[in-house]
Amino acid sequence: MTDPKTLSPPSLETHVAARDETFLDTNELVINMGPQHPATHGVLRVILRLDGEKVLGLECVIGYLHRGVEKIAENRTYAMFNPYVDRMDYVAAVSNGLGYCEAVEKLLNVEAPPRAQYIRVILTELNRIASHQLWLGTHALDIGAITPLFYTFRDREEILKIFEKYCGARLTTHAFRIGGLQYEAYDGFEQDVKNFVKFVKPKIDEYEELLTTNRIWLERTKGVGVISGRDCIALGVTGPVLRASGVKWDIRKAQPYANYKNFDFEIPTGLNGDTYDRYLVRMVEMRQALRIIEQAVEGIPEGPIMAKVPKVIKPPVGEIYHSIEAPKGELGYFIVSDGSTQPYRVRVRPPSFVNLQALDLMCRGQLVADVIAVIGTLDIVLGEVDR
Amino acid sequence: MPDETKSPSSPPEGEPKPAADKPASPGGVKATPSGSDASPAQSAETKPTPEKPAAAGQKPAAEAKPAAPPAKPAAAGHPAPPKPAGPTPTPWDAPLVAKFKREYGSGINALTYLGQNYLEVDRSLISEVLERLRDEEQFDYCVDITAVHNPKREKQFDVVWILYSFPRNQRMRVKTQIADGESLPSSVSVWATANWLEREVFDMFGIKFDGHPDLKRILLPDGWKGFPLRKDYGILQQDNEWVQINLGIESGQ
Repeated sequence: MTDPKTLSPPSLETHVAARDETFLDTNELVINMGPQHPATHGVLRVILRLDGEKVLGLECVIGYLHRGVEKIAENRTYAMFNPYVDRMDYVAAVSNGLGYCEAVEKLLNVEAPPRAQYIRVILTELNRIASHQLWLGTHALDIGAITPLFYTFRDREEILKIFEKYCGARLTTHAFRIGGLQYEAYDGFEQDVKNFVKFVKPKIDEYEELLTTNRIWLERTKGVGVISGRDCIALGVTGPVLRASGVKWDIRKAQPYANYKNFDFEIPTGLNGDTYDRYLVRMVEMRQALRIIEQAVEGIPEGPIMAKVPKVIKPPVGEIYHSIEAPKGELGYFIVSDGSTQPYRVRVRPPSFVNLQALDLMCRGQLVADVIAVIGTLDIVLGEVDR
Repeated sequence: MPDETKSPSSPPEGEPKPAADKPASPGGVKATPSGSDASPAQSAETKPTPEKPAAAGQKPAAEAKPAAPPAKPAAAGHPAPPKPAGPTPTPWDAPLVAKFKREYGSGINALTYLGQNYLEVDRSLISEVLERLRDEEQFDYCVDITAVHNPKREKQFDVVWILYSFPRNQRMRVKTQIADGESLPSSVSVWATANWLEREVFDMFGIKFDGHPDLKRILLPDGWKGFPLRKDYGILQQDNEWVQINLGIESGQ
């Protein structure tokens, strides 16, 4: 090869040299993903540091959806704040409501009557399935499998119909009240739930048929976004992500709330803590949720649906922390009462917010395309991250 | 019943004469906040109408004074049941507590409220206690870190760590009080999850954590002024300057 120095004028020479350097450059490249990006499931901005296609690290910028829910709570009465919690994790509004109502009930030292407990469990578990279905559809879509989205949305519709018939709302349901329920189960509620269980069981098999042994799905999810159980605990990661890393922990079993101790169900765990295991864990969770629903719908007792709760809720001075196993992980409410009609402070411990913190660790050393898969597998809802 | 309800709400208004000489009218007026149609019919029998608007005029003023307007009418309806004294925190006895008390003495107070245990720890001991709770007592999972603002107190902030132990399947809280402007040692080296949680406490309350790797705002934009979850920050308040510069609008309301 001829020496470029003999051929080119000095100015061009430096130009070529500079170009060569950039071509072989292994400097970091910083790119922005979001805040408006279809795969971030909302308004999440991720600043990626890349070496070629490899992720060296990333930083999440959140808060675009911040509405100051905790501040609002301090300016509302206990009952008035109840609908607001639905707007945090809006795909699992029923779970949010359950956590909040139970926390205030604990503070008031009342317990919802058994009939209300059963209906609560049925609706909450239905919501868990709906949340997982939405997760599956969008997660698969992000990775490139378009079909499951249509399947899951078609079937999720049946759950939303039950919600609509029960309380008039499909998404932000405000299904529960402090002390129990406002609405008695409508005529045919049990039958609808039983029909749904019968309807959706083969559908879950159908999703699995599409994905579980699909080669592209395996390539895109196996070994991607691995996180160990130890790291999960250190980072406070809970829910299916923790379980997929081999930690058998579910608040429904560890510290049962509502009346979960009456039901027989299993906690699935994974081995590898990768995206594929998290997928499998959530699939099993849907089936276990159906198991709980089947038992609950058979056992709904007669009786009142509302405990004796004063018209004006004025919990005694004190504080409480109560948490439930929401579809995404541990959802906790820390409520401080000063004895007035309005909470002095409500802190929401959102699973999505804490789980999102693990994104950096899970993406390091992965390819850019896998960031999408990992965001999907964490199953975050930005409404809850930002509150 | 109406007399009973009237007397607590009416005297603070400060006009003793009407309250004394027309006991019937306030009883009728009492219903006005909810149904204004019912009370004219009632008061028409007892009193001439001109007096009514005056009484009705006073009444809402008295009602509006307390902080919680929506709850007030119903609250006035049930004054009779004496306010039940809520459960009070009781001492918490456990080997863990005995051990810490032996070593730290009065710097630690252990209590139980509604079956939930918590330690009140002096600020100077906080980093040591948190680290020992993880290492010696197996509280390996930091569920949440948050704060509560009590502006009337000298030490304005309660900072709360909510902990959980997987091996023991137990929850507990650690609380400490600090004054405005005081900082706390960061616990990121104890639990990695503390990173974002401490950032949120800083963002919302302005409490600084020494030794935090990257203490900056997390939910609000970087240049924002003020700490929204402090009690002196109004619910409609915002950083107008930031809104005008960055969003190009007069106000975010």
